[in-house]
This record gives sequence, C-alpha cells and structure tokens, in this order.
Amino acid sequence: MPTVIFRSPDGTERKVTAESGTVLMQAAVSNGVEGIVAECGGNASCATCHVYVAEDRSELVGPPGNVEDEMLDFTAAERRPTSRLSCQIQLSDALDGLVVHVPEEQV
Amino acid sequence: MTSPAGVVVVGGGQAGFSVVSTLRASGYDGPVTVCAAEPHLPYQRPPLSKKAHTEPDGPRVELVPESFYGERDIDLRLGDDVIALDTAARTVLTRAGTRLSYDHLVLATGADNRRLPVPGAELSGVHALRSLDDALTIGRALETARDVVVVGGGFIGLELARVALARGARVTVVELADRLLSRAVSPELEPRLRERHERAGVRVLTGTAVQALEGTGRVERVVTSHGVLPADLVVYGIGAVPRDELAREAGLEVADGVVVDEQLRSVTDPRVSAVGDCARHPHPHAEGLVRLESVQNAIDQGALVGRRIAGSPAAYESLPWFWSDQGDVKLQIAGLRSASDDVLLVPDESPERLAAYAFRADRLVAVETLNWPAEHLAARRLLERHTPVSAADLAGTTLRALARARRTAEVRT
Repeated sequence: MPTVIFRSPDGTERKVTAESGTVLMQAAVSNGVEGIVAECGGNASCATCHVYVAEDRSELVGPPGNVEDEMLDFTAAERRPTSRLSCQIQLSDALDGLVVHVPEEQV
Repeated sequence: MTSPAGVVVVGGGQAGFSVVSTLRASGYDGPVTVCAAEPHLPYQRPPLSKKAHTEPDGPRVELVPESFYGERDIDLRLGDDVIALDTAARTVLTRAGTRLSYDHLVLATGADNRRLPVPGAELSGVHALRSLDDALTIGRALETARDVVVVGGGFIGLELARVALARGARVTVVELADRLLSRAVSPELEPRLRERHERAGVRVLTGTAVQALEGTGRVERVVTSHGVLPADLVVYGIGAVPRDELAREAGLEVADGVVVDEQLRSVTDPRVSAVGDCARHPHPHAEGLVRLESVQNAIDQGALVGRRIAGSPAAYESLPWFWSDQGDVKLQIAGLRSASDDVLLVPDESPERLAAYAFRADRLVAVETLNWPAEHLAARRLLERHTPVSAADLAGTTLRALARARRTAEVRT
C-alpha cells in the first residue's frame, strides 16, 4: 500500500494511501485532494489532473507517453520538466513516499 | 447576507455536486442541502458507458468520498428527491415528506432517456443506460450476451457497441438517420468514424428504423425496416429529455428544459437557477437558446451558480466541449458547429489521427478530432480566447503549432 504526498501551492500537504495498481488521479479524487479536477474521469481527454512529480522520483515515475506528452503542452498551469497527468501514473510499492506538487490551476 | 434557509440543490449528479463544492470553496457559509434521487454518493457518469462494465470489482466512480460532505457541512439527502416546489413560499417538499425552505434553489435534475416507442420495448433484455444501476445491469447482461443490437448511433450507443464487441458479442448498430452521430459530428468526419467501427467488427445499419422487439418474455429478435436481427440483448440510446416537470408544475417557464438567463437564473423567478442537462440557456457560441448534455457543461454551470450565490456573479460563456471513447476511437469536439458551417477535413501524418475544422465566415468555430487529444486541447485554448483562425491560417500546419506560437508570443509580451 504505497503512500503518496500531495503538496498544494500554499505548502499544505495531504498524505494518501492507496492500493498498488491504483491510478494516482483516482487516489487523489477518492481522498478529496483539492486541485485535482479530473474532468474526464481519467481518460486522458482533458489535462485537468496535472501534477509535478518531485525531482528525486521523476526518473522512477518515468516520462509521459506520446499522447500525454502532447497534451501536457496545454495544461492550465505551466508545463515543467517533471509534469505528468496523474491519470496516467499507476502506483506501485516502488513509489511509496512519492511527493507530487499540485499546480496553481487546472482549467 | 446569508439567511438561515440557505441553498437547496435538487439533484445529486455532476452539476449539483459542482454547485455545492463551489459554494463551499467560494466561502459560502449558509446551509447547503442536496436532495438526490439515487441512493449512491454523487458519481461520474461518463465512465458508465465507456469502461465501467469492464471493471471486475464494479466501477469506482464516486466524485468524492462521503467524508467530503460532512467536513463541509453539506446536508446530502440520498434517495430523497424533491416532488414539489412552491416558489411563492420558497419551499420544496421531498419524497420523504420533509419541507425545506430556501433562499436559492438550484435545479440540477438532469435528463431521462427517451423511451423506445415500439412494441416489445418492455421485454426483459432491453435496457437503456443512464444511471450506475443501469450500467451494472448491462454489465451483467454482457457476461452472457451473444447477439447485441444497439438502437441509436449516438455517443452512448457507439460507446456501448464497442464495449459489447470487446466482451465478445456480435454487435449491430441500428440508426434511423442516414449517418452515425448525425447531431454531433460533421458529415465530413462521419464516414471515417464509421469505417473504424466497421473495421473493428461492428455491423452498422443506417437509415434503418426499429419497428418492434419480439420474444417470449425475453427479447429474441429486432424487427427493422430492413429485416429481422437476432438479439439476446438490446441496448438503446436515442436521446434524452430534460427532467423539467418540477419547474413546469411550479409555473416556471419551460421549453425542453428550464429556461434561464445568461446567469442561469430562471427567467420567471431569479431565486431559482437551473444547471446542467435540464437547463436551456443563452450562450455566446450559439444562435438562440441551447441545452447542452455534457460533463463540461454540468461542471462549469454548477460552478458558475455556486460562485454567483457566494457573491461573484458572471454570465455563462464556457466553451462547450465533448468527448467520447468508442473502443480505439477517441472522439473529441470543441465548440458548437452548425449545419451551414464549412468543414475542412485534415488528416495528420499518422493515419490514426484526424481533425475536422468548422468555419463560419472563414472563422474557426468548432473542431472535431479523432485520436488527437493535443489538437483538441489546442482548439479549446484558441476558441476560449476567441483567437481568430481562418482556413488559410491552417494551411500546412496544425492548431497545436498555432497555439504554441501564440503562447510563446504571450509569454514574450
């Protein structure tokens, strides 16, 4: 059961535990994490579940897929090198302790 | 300004949820009540027709956990819808017999499926899809179904057709119009979409009327204007009708939806608002009043009314967008096309991707894409900002490239 920390723009943190195999976006939504909008419900259609993966883990999380990569050019908040759509990140025990930053805006 | 009666929201769907979550996020501290007809926590509807059936442990579609409502002091009344509205007394009566007073009432009652108007529609094995319970029922039926007939070649019908195909059934889509998605996508794009479905193995019969469903207790066949189809499961999606009876009976103006102004207030009574599938409203991208059925519209209208009641009024002008996952086809639409627009069909270098751009007086007004989310998002950014784009601007380039150039220019200035 990996634990993930969502850090808001104002610095507050929300620790969420989810089963391995859960999609990061769903873990956020199921726990009421503010700032993950996920309008499309996790179908890579809307780019409103954007997160910045903390630098120390970004290699482990991996790069975005092709479609996701193109979509990241149109997130509401600026794209950064560690930007990902959280609906495309599957949690595993290896990601236990992952920190992701929630951007200022999603829509 | 807050008085004790507070806000009552009728309907526990995406629009109603958007109202109450926005109210609290915007600092509204009066009483907030949601009367929801269904027994489930408010949930997402889009996954129900796309993938929820395929999840072995049942779909996880709730919008937020139950604790969300308690933490924000939102009185969520599940399974207790509103059965009467008295706008003079500013009260509603719930099914359980509770009378609630309101300062503001928000109708977020959604829509019902249009019923299939043919003999045999009541047979077992015939289903429409709207609710989570419907999705679970259809999901179970697909475990054993061999011959599935989908009545209606719209979003829901095509999504369900591909779900059924993926579950191993033989699937026929029967559509009355002479093309699929006749109301939603341009005639230029439709053949490409149809081709994808037929190549995947869906049989498509357009220009075909369903005349009767037949069987002994259970459906066994579908009689159409072009012959008889065997069927052990029939699912239909032939449009929706807004749930506006409550408003009509209360004397509010109703015309295929509750008629509201640009701030989504009833034109009859400004203390009543309507949001989502049940609202008929003005929109800067539309000629006349429109009623939109989409998750974007539900979320954005709910948020607009939530912010207005919390003290920040605005006119509704969100860019409409839609999406549909149909097997390996991701259809996305940004903007509102009308039948007289000029359509330019542009394939990408990748054969799987395609875009149709609709122009009105040589100005881009809507974009339909297949399997091209980045182009869809670029279209949304450009249309939202009212950036003029002509057909000549798109010669030899993509909206994605135009939007990126535009963004770079914005950063520089």
